[in-house]
Amino acid sequence: MTTRPHTDREYEGELLRLREQIILMGAEVEGMIADSIRSLLERDSTLARTVMDRDARVDQIEVQNDALCLSLLARRQPVASDLRFITTVLRIVRDLERAGDQAVNIAERVIELNEEPPLKAYVDIPRMAEGVQAMLRDALDALVNGDDVGAKNLINRDDEIDALYDRVNRVLLTYMMENPQNIFRATRLQSIAHNLERISDHATNVAEMVVFYVKGTDIRHGGVG
Amino acid sequence: MMKATESFVPTAEKGRVVTIAERESAILPAEKIRSVDLRASFGATEVLKGITLPILERQVTAIIGPSGCGKSTFVRCLNRMHETAHRATVAGRVLLDGRDIYRAGIDPVAIRRRVGMVFQKPNPFPTMSIAENVLAGLSLTGERIPHRMELVEKALRQAALWDEVKDILPRSGASLSGGQQQRLCIARALALDPEVLLMDEPCSALDPIATARIEELIHELGDHVTIVIVTHNMQQAGRVADHTAFLYMGELVEYGPTDRVFTRPAEQRTEDYITGRFG
Repeated sequence: MTTRPHTDREYEGELLRLREQIILMGAEVEGMIADSIRSLLERDSTLARTVMDRDARVDQIEVQNDALCLSLLARRQPVASDLRFITTVLRIVRDLERAGDQAVNIAERVIELNEEPPLKAYVDIPRMAEGVQAMLRDALDALVNGDDVGAKNLINRDDEIDALYDRVNRVLLTYMMENPQNIFRATRLQSIAHNLERISDHATNVAEMVVFYVKGTDIRHGGVG
Repeated sequence: MMKATESFVPTAEKGRVVTIAERESAILPAEKIRSVDLRASFGATEVLKGITLPILERQVTAIIGPSGCGKSTFVRCLNRMHETAHRATVAGRVLLDGRDIYRAGIDPVAIRRRVGMVFQKPNPFPTMSIAENVLAGLSLTGERIPHRMELVEKALRQAALWDEVKDILPRSGASLSGGQQQRLCIARALALDPEVLLMDEPCSALDPIATARIEELIHELGDHVTIVIVTHNMQQAGRVADHTAFLYMGELVEYGPTDRVFTRPAEQRTEDYITGRFG
């Protein structure tokens, strides 16, 4: 990847700002996911509510990002890696915003669960949460470092998350079969696992876009383009 | 050095997306011109250092590069204009339909008739009327010109200028606006019915509207004539050219389909230049 700065320093500054904003947004979303799971483990509904409140900040960054991208496209007419970076950011922002919404979904389920006694000790859900946070973080690191190899490697980790998700579902199914009174809590936990699984898909999308940014090749859907 | 035609992409029909499968199965247009190890100098200074580049038939090829990279010299070698400059020399070959235009016994004037040129600054002959300007090139060949007015109309229509000047043909060419003057110069070149049209920065003296007219004209002409355009304006190359060649310090750095060059340049120097990371 090019490391040489643009001759036009203002342009360079604008691209830098875009880069910073996306990192900021990623960090915010990552924090929301972490806190939503912490609020589950610690049965802390107040913390869950703060996750819901933070979504507005993510939405705001999304709108600001879009405006900056539009302005850069209109005024700078970027090409090559600059063009790929801006189109990548436009797409990544969607995925990050959705991941933030999933963290809010998790927080909502946590608040419902905290009204009930705990169903079981959580093992795989925290593991899933750690996995998806790391994926998101690594995908954004790959973006910042222009690391297409790192991004590609990360995509395989989605399978591990899917495997954990299947196991969580299976286990929760046995709880529901054992006692219909478990159904309310088990379905909430299933929903939490589902949201984590979706976040891993968004992280995968981000990683695919990083490969496009760095290499100019579209590997989505097995590279059918 | 890269293979020139390895990633050819045909021009899309208006409004239709060309799939990759279609691109790959597309038949390559013939090469109208090929420069082979073309070297050009002014005295002891070599400004082109061995350029091998195809110019595909009825396609628009843009030559981009920073000032002094040799892009104007390159196109001036394609119709034997370069050698008219003081102490200018040429080595290597330029094949027009497969035959070297620099071989012995070739009349440069005949070559320039087949390979026309439009310059940076519109240069209509100020003492001539609009109609006379259109016919100027032909008049200089000394040939008798039958059907003069039909020819004037045809060339002006091709240059998308007819509707604007049809009622003022006896007026001086200098009375037109800059953009109109440039289209008049294009009409003058087209009146000779050239096979190739070389355009050296044809829009650099024009405003955006006049530029858009010339670019639209390039699109239209590109269906019939092989066009080579030298431009400083990367966006212009992106808009009008099927293929783009990037020259730097007298060497060909990269050549390929414009959409590929502008989204995924293969060479770091191209990337740096088109994204504005030079100098």
